[in-house]
Amino acid sequence: MTTTLERARPAAPAPGPRGGGVPPGRVLFWGAAVVVPLVFLGVFFAWPVAAIVGRGFVTDGALDLGGFADVLGRPRTWRIVGQTLTQATLGTLGSVLLGVPAAYLLHRCTFPGRAAVRAFVTVPFVLPTVVVGVAFRSLLVEGGLLGGLGLGLDGTMTAIVLALVFFNTAVVVRTVGGLWERLDPRAEQAARSLGASPWRAFRTVTLPALAPAIASAASLTFLFCATAFGTVLVLGGRQFGTVETEIWVQTTQFLDLRAAAVLSVVQLVVVVAALALAGRARARTERALHLTEPVDAAHPVRLRDPFDMVAVVVTAVTVAGLIALPLVNLVVRSLRTPDGWGLGNYARLAEPADVLRVTPWEAAVTSLRVALDATVIAVLVGGLVALVVSRRPRAAAGRRAVAGLDALFMLPLGVSAVTVGFGFLVSMDRPLGLPLDLRTSGVLVPVAQAVVAVPLVVRTVLPVLRAIDPRLREAAATLGASPARVLRTVDLAVALRSLGLALGFAFAASLGEFGATSFLARPENPTLPVVIFRLLGRPGVDNYGTALAASVLLAALTAGIVAVCERLRSPGVGSSW
Amino acid sequence: MTPRTTWRPGARALATAGAAALALTACSAVGSGSGSGASDDATGTAGGGTVTLVTHESFALSEGLLEQFEEESGLTVEVVQQADAGALANQLVLTKDAPLGDVVYGLDNAFATRALDEGVVVPADVTAPAAEDAARYAVEGDDDGALTAVDYSDVCVNVDTAWFAEQGVPEPTTLESLLDPAYRGLLVVPDPVTSSPGLAFVLATIGAFGEDGWVDYWAGLRDNGLKVADGWSEAYYTDFTAGGGDGPRPIVLSYASSPPFTVPEGGTEPTTRALLDTCFRQVEYAGVLAGADNPEGGAQLIDFLLSDAVQADLPGSMYVYPVSTAVELPEEWTRWAPLAEQPFEVAPADIDAHREEWLATWSDTVVG
Repeated sequence: MTTTLERARPAAPAPGPRGGGVPPGRVLFWGAAVVVPLVFLGVFFAWPVAAIVGRGFVTDGALDLGGFADVLGRPRTWRIVGQTLTQATLGTLGSVLLGVPAAYLLHRCTFPGRAAVRAFVTVPFVLPTVVVGVAFRSLLVEGGLLGGLGLGLDGTMTAIVLALVFFNTAVVVRTVGGLWERLDPRAEQAARSLGASPWRAFRTVTLPALAPAIASAASLTFLFCATAFGTVLVLGGRQFGTVETEIWVQTTQFLDLRAAAVLSVVQLVVVVAALALAGRARARTERALHLTEPVDAAHPVRLRDPFDMVAVVVTAVTVAGLIALPLVNLVVRSLRTPDGWGLGNYARLAEPADVLRVTPWEAAVTSLRVALDATVIAVLVGGLVALVVSRRPRAAAGRRAVAGLDALFMLPLGVSAVTVGFGFLVSMDRPLGLPLDLRTSGVLVPVAQAVVAVPLVVRTVLPVLRAIDPRLREAAATLGASPARVLRTVDLAVALRSLGLALGFAFAASLGEFGATSFLARPENPTLPVVIFRLLGRPGVDNYGTALAASVLLAALTAGIVAVCERLRSPGVGSSW
Repeated sequence: MTPRTTWRPGARALATAGAAALALTACSAVGSGSGSGASDDATGTAGGGTVTLVTHESFALSEGLLEQFEEESGLTVEVVQQADAGALANQLVLTKDAPLGDVVYGLDNAFATRALDEGVVVPADVTAPAAEDAARYAVEGDDDGALTAVDYSDVCVNVDTAWFAEQGVPEPTTLESLLDPAYRGLLVVPDPVTSSPGLAFVLATIGAFGEDGWVDYWAGLRDNGLKVADGWSEAYYTDFTAGGGDGPRPIVLSYASSPPFTVPEGGTEPTTRALLDTCFRQVEYAGVLAGADNPEGGAQLIDFLLSDAVQADLPGSMYVYPVSTAVELPEEWTRWAPLAEQPFEVAPADIDAHREEWLATWSDTVVG
C-alpha cells in the first residue's frame, strides 16, 4: 500500500482490478489532515503576519517597496544580519555538541535518577527571560559566583551563546533522544563484534541513522537561537542586536513598520534558507530504520566503555555546569529573606502578590489550564501535519508538496514574535469577519502558544513516523488490513509512543510563554510568567523574593509535567492508549 | 475493503476536526474568566455595560477599589494589560481604527504628543474635583483636554548610602559628579531604547545639558565605566548593590519613590537615597480612546482614577505620586521619598519630534 497525496484526490469510484478507486473516507481523512492544519496556520499565523508586514509596504494606499533600498542600504542592517547568523550558528553548534552525548546518556543508557535528570534538562527551556536575567546574569556580574573568575563574561557574546546553549540543549536531547532510544542496537552490536571500535561503529552505523534527527534538532535550535530576543537583550545588550531585537525596537518603540517589514522579510529569507538546508540534510539521510522498544535498546551505563565515559563526562559538565549552576543560584536566592534563610518567599506564593490581585499559585493554575488547551491544539494539529508529512509520495511534485508543508509549519519558530503579536493586533479585531474581538479576550493566548508548539510536536513525532519501514505497512495491507487499520495499528501505535515527548515539549513551550504571547493582552487572569514579570517590575525585597520563588515554582512545575509526560511513553501505558 | 472500514477514517477526520474546533472554543472558558470579548457587550449607555481599560503591566490597585467602582457605577470593568508605556502608545496608534478598549491609562509625557497627534484619544467630560489639579500637568497643545494627568513620578539616580558609608567615599550629588573618576564603574542605567525610565533619564540629561551638551555628557559616562542594563528590573535587582540581588554597582537609575522600599526589616531608615538634582518628571495620563464603544463609561473611569480613594492608593499600589492635592501621602513617603524641587524638563512635543533621532544618537555614542 502506498498512500500518495495525488491519489488522495477525489477520484471517480471506478474500481479497477486491484481497487484503483479511492474510497471517499480516505479522501475525507487526508483532505482534513491537510486542510485543518493549514486553516489553523493560515488564520493564526500567516494572516496576522501578512497584515502587519503589509502595512509596512503600503504608504497612502499604494505599494511602496522603497523601504528595501533604504533599510538594506544601511551598513547596520548587514551587521545585524551577520550577528544573527553568527550567534545562531554558535548556539546551534554548542547545543548539538553538548546535546547529542546527553541524548545518548539520557535515552540510551540507564542509571539511577535518569528520569529526574531528563526532566531537569528541560527546565531552562521554559524560564522567562527576566528570570534568566536573574539566574544567569547574577552569576556573571562582578561579585557573582563566576564574575570573580576574571572572565568578564557579563555583557559579552560568550554569555549570550552560553545562554542560548543553556536554553536549547533540551531541544537536542529530546529530538535526538526520542529516535535514539528506539534505534535497534543490534546493527551497532554487529559492527562491534566484527571488530569495529566503538567510535567506528558509532560513526558508520549509529550516526548516519541519527542524522535526520540531528538535522531536525539543529534546525529547531537554529530557529530558536536566531529569534532569541530577551536572552540577547538581557545578557548582551543591544550591541549584540539581532534581526529579532531590531524588529522589536522598530515595531514596539518607534512604530517604524516600514523598517520592521523589511527586516521581517530579511528574517524570513534567512529562516527559509536555513530550513531548506536542514531539509536537504534530512532528506539525504532519512531512511527507514529498524525501531524497537526503548526498554530493549537501553543498557546500564558502562563506565569502562570509553564511549559511555565520554557521554557521562560531557553530560555531567553540561548538566552541572551549564544547567544546574544558574538554576541552583535561582533556588538559593529564592531562599534568602531579609531575616536570613527561610521559606518566607514561598509562603508569599499563596498571598495575593502585593496588589496584583492574584496569587502566584492562582497564576500557576491559570498557566496550567492555558498550557493544557495549547497542548491539545498543538498535538492535534501537529499530529496531523506529522502524519501527512511522513508520507513519501511517488511523484516528485507530491514530495515537494510534502516538504513544503513540513517547512511551512516550522515558520512560526522563525518569524519574529513581535511581528506575529502586532499582527494579531491589526487582524484579530474581527477574525474572518466574525463580530468577536479576539485581541482582548484571552482566547488567543493558548492558540498563539499552540502555533509555536506545533512545530515542536511535528519535529518530535515525525522522525519516528518516518522511520517506520514502509514494508510494515505493506505487510499489514497484504494481510488484509484496511488503510484505516494500517494507520491505526502501525502509524498511530508508533506515533503514540513518541506522544509523551511531544506532549511534554508542547506543554513546556506553552508554560514558558513562547513567541507572540508576550504581546497579547491579558484580561484578568495572568499566567505565572506574567506575574513573575510584573513582580520584578516592582521595588522591594519581598517582591523580588516572591518573583524568585515563583520562578522556582514554574521550573518545578515544568520538570514535574515533563516527567509525567515521559512516563506516558512506557510501553505498557503507551500501547493501552 | 469493507464499506465499514473505509467509513472510519473519514469519521475520525471529522471527529478530529470537530475536536480541534471544540478545543479552540473551549479555551475561552480558560483564557479569561468572563470569556467575553473586549467591549462587545458594552451598551454604550452611561451608567451601564462594560468599560474596557487598556493599560500597561504596572497597573495595579488595592483590592476592592475597582469592585467598589463597579458597584457604584453599575459598570463592569475589564482591565487589559499589555506592554510597557512606549509599546502601549504604539499599539494604540496601530489599532486606532479598531480600538482595544474604551479608555487608556498609562501614557506618559514621552509618548503623549504622539497619542494626541495620531488622534488616539478624544476629549472627555471629566468632572472629578481633582481634575483641577490634573490640569496643572496638561500636555502643551492639548487644549481640549483629551489627556488627563493621573499621577507622576520622578526618575532619579539612586545611591546605596550604606555602600558609600562603608567605603568612606562621599556620595555623588549631581549629574556632573557622576563623571568623577571616583565613581568609575559604579553606575548602571536601563537602556533608554527598551525601557521607559531609561528614556526618562536621557531626557533629564537633555534638559540639563541642552541639545548641544548631552551627547558629550553620555560619552563621559561611557568612558567612566557606565553599565547599560536591558531594563529597570535587571539594573535594580541584578546590578544594583541594594536592590535585593546584591549586585556590584552602588549607583542605579530608579525613582524618587524607591528608597522607602529599602528600609531594612527592623531598621528605621532606608539604605538608599535618590539624588534629587538628577531627576526627570514622568507624568502618566488617562484618556478616552477614539472610537470607543463606551466613551461615557471611559470618562467615568477617569473620574474614578482621580477620586480620593484611588489617588490615595497610588503610592502604595503603583509607586507614583497622586496629582490630587487633596490626599495625603503615606508617612514613609513624606519622610523618605521627597520629590525633586526642580526636575529637568523637555517639552512633550520636542520629545515626540526628536525621540528616534535622540535614541539613535544615544545608541551610537553609548552602545556603539
